[in-house]
Amino acid sequence: MRAVNREKLASAALIVGVFVLWEVSCLVFGISEIILPRPSQIIATLIDRWPALMPHAVQTLYTTLVGFALGVGAGVVIGLLIGSSRLAYNVAFPLLVGFSSIPKVAVVPIFVLWFGSGTVPAVLTSAIICVFPVVVNMATGLATTEPELEDVLRTLKASKRDILLNVGLPRAMPYFFASLKVAVTLSFVGTVISETVASNRGVGNMMLIASSNFNVPLVFAGLFILAGLGVALYVVFSLIERRVTGWANRKTEFAGG
Amino acid sequence: MFLQNATPAETAELTTPTGLKPPGGARPIIEFERVTVSYGRDAAATQALAESTFRIDHGDFIALVGPSGCGKSTILKLVGGLLTASSGHVFVARREVGAEDVRIGMAFQNPTLLPWLSIRDNVMLPLKIARPFREEWRQKRKTEYRDRADALLAKVGLQDFANKFPWQLSGGMQQRASLCRALIHDPTLLLLDEPFGALDQFTREELWATLQTLWMERRPTVLLVTHDLRESAFLANRIMVMSARPGRILVDEQVDFARPRTLDTTYQPEFTSLTHTLRSLIVAARSGAGAPS
Repeated sequence: MRAVNREKLASAALIVGVFVLWEVSCLVFGISEIILPRPSQIIATLIDRWPALMPHAVQTLYTTLVGFALGVGAGVVIGLLIGSSRLAYNVAFPLLVGFSSIPKVAVVPIFVLWFGSGTVPAVLTSAIICVFPVVVNMATGLATTEPELEDVLRTLKASKRDILLNVGLPRAMPYFFASLKVAVTLSFVGTVISETVASNRGVGNMMLIASSNFNVPLVFAGLFILAGLGVALYVVFSLIERRVTGWANRKTEFAGG
Repeated sequence: MFLQNATPAETAELTTPTGLKPPGGARPIIEFERVTVSYGRDAAATQALAESTFRIDHGDFIALVGPSGCGKSTILKLVGGLLTASSGHVFVARREVGAEDVRIGMAFQNPTLLPWLSIRDNVMLPLKIARPFREEWRQKRKTEYRDRADALLAKVGLQDFANKFPWQLSGGMQQRASLCRALIHDPTLLLLDEPFGALDQFTREELWATLQTLWMERRPTVLLVTHDLRESAFLANRIMVMSARPGRILVDEQVDFARPRTLDTTYQPEFTSLTHTLRSLIVAARSGAGAPS
């Protein structure tokens, strides 16, 4: 327990240290706020402009969460289909790799073409960008299930569905949660890209306008908001993960509960 | 044959009411009719099991021994429905395998416990899956089924570990839990694929006694695959010795030591001579492996 606390303290100190270093170097080298504003200036802007920034933050969070939910839902379904049969896994994987290697930024103009600018393309970009990590992880989790574990159920004359529910899915959970943590941060990337390209709301749009006005502290304030939202969601999923898949890490607090 | 029973006086003393012979005479539960198994196709095919025909009676305890790769586990998988025969017929309880209503419990060399379930939940798994228990799973999982699992765990000395997770237990304890899981649904057929192979000598001998006790109480038909000749002689009523690949049954031998057998039994001259004979049979089978068939 001591060692864990010390680690937490060290990583908090590192975070604070980085900001202090940033602040001090800006002052020492006399860097203009047009190039790189100091953290204190950014925080001041953030507090100062909060009433105007809040709706943008809410819009971005909402768009991201909707897109994320859609993307994860689709990812789980596709992952289940592909992962539950070796044939499907081998046949579909090349196509999947091809799809996932397309830079998702490139599809934003297509979505704008189809659905106009605004919330819809942002939701879709955010969804499509987080589908693939989920699919790949779900499929891998299912496909790597030890045959011995399945044999245990097969001698009991379990149906395919029984095996999926009792072995496949629980076995894939650690993979699933690992992909969620990746997906949720990617999902923000998707939303912000789309907001930057084609929207009149959201943090991405706000940053674009601020940068064209050379309001650099405001641009950085946008970055801070995004970082804050991203970290918050990551933490939420880490906590859920620890409750659900503690067995995979052999966590003692999981065993106790 | 080469096996002599203990002196009459000793037999009378050791024999229990459960006795040695299967109850109800010779009712076959497993029948193999000219069964073969090969992997791969055409020229590249390797024959794992040469044509085999045999029967196993209800309530009997069979050990399958033989050199490694001879198809012992193949027989087990055929009975368990994990593998289909390339030719011939496997009947379990008079029905072709796969369609039968026979309840099967199986334990493997690895404990294969599900790591996300507590020991108790692992043991209860067959009750959740196998008929007829699954119909009442929801009503009884917190009451009757739970008590049943706890009672069985207590019998193998794991009563204090029901809430633990598999990784918190030693290998021997995990294997005990795995045995409980194989027995919880009162299977008519218990398939054991080298269940004690990965354990140390002392733990293994302890578990022999546990398994014997459980078998004498419940009398499932047991098919035990093992490399350990002492294990087979200690546990089984009947030992089938297999040849090297493609496996077939070389010798089919009754073992008539009185039950319950104890570790002292294993130091009797009859026991030693039996394992010695088995050993020489398997050595002969191994050396025959390279010869053209």
